Amino acid sequence: MNSNTLDFEKPINELEKKIEEMKEYEDNLDIREEIEKLEEKVITLKKNVFKNLTRWQRVQLARHPERPYTLDYIYLMTEDFIELHGDRTYRDDKAIIGGFAKIDEYKVMIIGQQKGRDTKSNVLRNFGMANPEGYRKALRLMKLAEKFNKPVITLIDTPGAYPGLEAEQNGQAEAIARNLLEMSRLKVPIIVVIIGEGASGGALGIGVGDRILMLENTWYSVISPESCSSILWRSWDYKEQAAEALKLTAEDLLELKIIDRIIPEPLGGAHKDHKLMAVTLKEVLKEELENLVKVKPEKMLQNRIEKFGKMGAYTE
Amino acid sequence: MGFFTRSKQNISPDSQKREVPDGQWVKCKECEEIIHVKQLELHSWVCHKCGYHFRIGSEEYIQLLFDKGTFKESNKKMRSVDPLGFVDTKKYSDRISASIKKTGLNDAVRTGIGKIDGNKVSFACMDFKFIGGSMGSVVGEKIARAIDKAYDQKIPMIIISQSGGARMMEAALSLMQMVKTSSRLARLADAKIPYISVLTDPTTGGTTASYAMLGDVNIAEPTALIGFAGPRVIKETIGRDLPEGFQRSEFLEEHGFIDLIVERKDMKEKLSHLIGYMT
Ligand SMILES: [Zn+2]
Repeated sequence: MNSNTLDFEKPINELEKKIEEMKEYEDNLDIREEIEKLEEKVITLKKNVFKNLTRWQRVQLARHPERPYTLDYIYLMTEDFIELHGDRTYRDDKAIIGGFAKIDEYKVMIIGQQKGRDTKSNVLRNFGMANPEGYRKALRLMKLAEKFNKPVITLIDTPGAYPGLEAEQNGQAEAIARNLLEMSRLKVPIIVVIIGEGASGGALGIGVGDRILMLENTWYSVISPESCSSILWRSWDYKEQAAEALKLTAEDLLELKIIDRIIPEPLGGAHKDHKLMAVTLKEVLKEELENLVKVKPEKMLQNRIEKFGKMGAYTE
Repeated sequence: MGFFTRSKQNISPDSQKREVPDGQWVKCKECEEIIHVKQLELHSWVCHKCGYHFRIGSEEYIQLLFDKGTFKESNKKMRSVDPLGFVDTKKYSDRISASIKKTGLNDAVRTGIGKIDGNKVSFACMDFKFIGGSMGSVVGEKIARAIDKAYDQKIPMIIISQSGGARMMEAALSLMQMVKTSSRLARLADAKIPYISVLTDPTTGGTTASYAMLGDVNIAEPTALIGFAGPRVIKETIGRDLPEGFQRSEFLEEHGFIDLIVERKDMKEKLSHLIGYMT
């Protein structure tokens, strides 16, 4: 079995493997009916498992090493992508990528955190943890989009902003803060999609927009369940409880009115069918773009500030 | 973004008082000088011998900065409602009640309008003693409203930060307060109304990564801990000790993120001069 398989995926993957094996003998044996029965069974099984996922299991799915990453979406749903590098000040941060791309008739600026798939690419991408220069590159590209009146799409997938010595020295906090301020007054539409992990300020640094969307099996919160466990429970062992307490799933955030929409994933998770996931996202983005480009810029900016202004709960 | 990283240093005068028998004397953490509280107050809660800045709260800053009797507080009663029903080893609702009882404050920020050398300003000051000065919905909303007051009345905005970052027990709602406040600052900036940020010990996490770093002028008190990630997290990430003075005010000034470091006794005068230049 694939070493990337999560515990709760095991019965599903075992059954799928069995079906594959049986298909090899299908021509010689008369087992078509059995295969069809098993295929039905696997769908039922998937539906049952995925209907009852815990919040921690969603976190695990959001981190699944076979999930589509930013570049996968760019290749699968856009054309003529031109990657643009660097913050024009210090260097090119490979943990955040961006550039012009076409989504059918829409020309957009697409920006996202990029994780690696193996040790080598993870070193290059710093596990999707950006340094200040990454946030500054993202802002530079957004300003470029604004200059030429192109909508911005950001794809969020990060375990957090990088907590390193150089990152602090070069103003990690300032870079994120600057992006929050500038994104809230950028005069072109911004659509934000959480495609995997949305950890804290590192996610938010490219997360201000007119529409905030989450894929079905992703998480978004102020802290990871592990770090939350270590701080509040003073032990790493309470990550499941922390995930529950943080209410960090797409459903939770829709209920809290922090996000606008949940994008369904293929049955079994986005990693089971990259192509279908990308097509689904592409259609959603086109629909959102169609609505957003109709709004007058002044109105759009006013809506954007009011949108975030409404978030929170208090009594007085 | 945790607020439990509070170190032994910079303990507030309140808690240090308890270490000294008759309650009228405190020990300076830097030079160990024993100082009478009345004397400390006279010196803006700064050690007269070594210049160490004791951690103080909103009440003391209001007293230090505003012309006598001019400060009027707003939204005093705003409180958190525990929107997630958050429970860790304690209930969040119990933590709030306990903090309210212990500190006499309703949350980690106080806001209002007052005069500094005759200049009317909108003001917000955080209190570390309320759940580590953490930023949740109440802090975000009160600061946003204070910025709106500055915007509506065309008066300067001053925020004094003192915070461990976003409040975990309000999870994503806390995170969004970073946008709520920063977007209001964007509007203030577009209207060319000055905003001065004063960073005191400690200012970390989501507070630093939003309004605290966005001043037209960023001022820090001497030797304050200022950063995004906490020192312990960075140390664990890089696997070695952090250099002397790392993430302190002087380090941030050196690297270009703080405009100037101002001793507490000079703070009112400096703020007053800056307002004069920017209005
Ligand atoms: Zn001293």
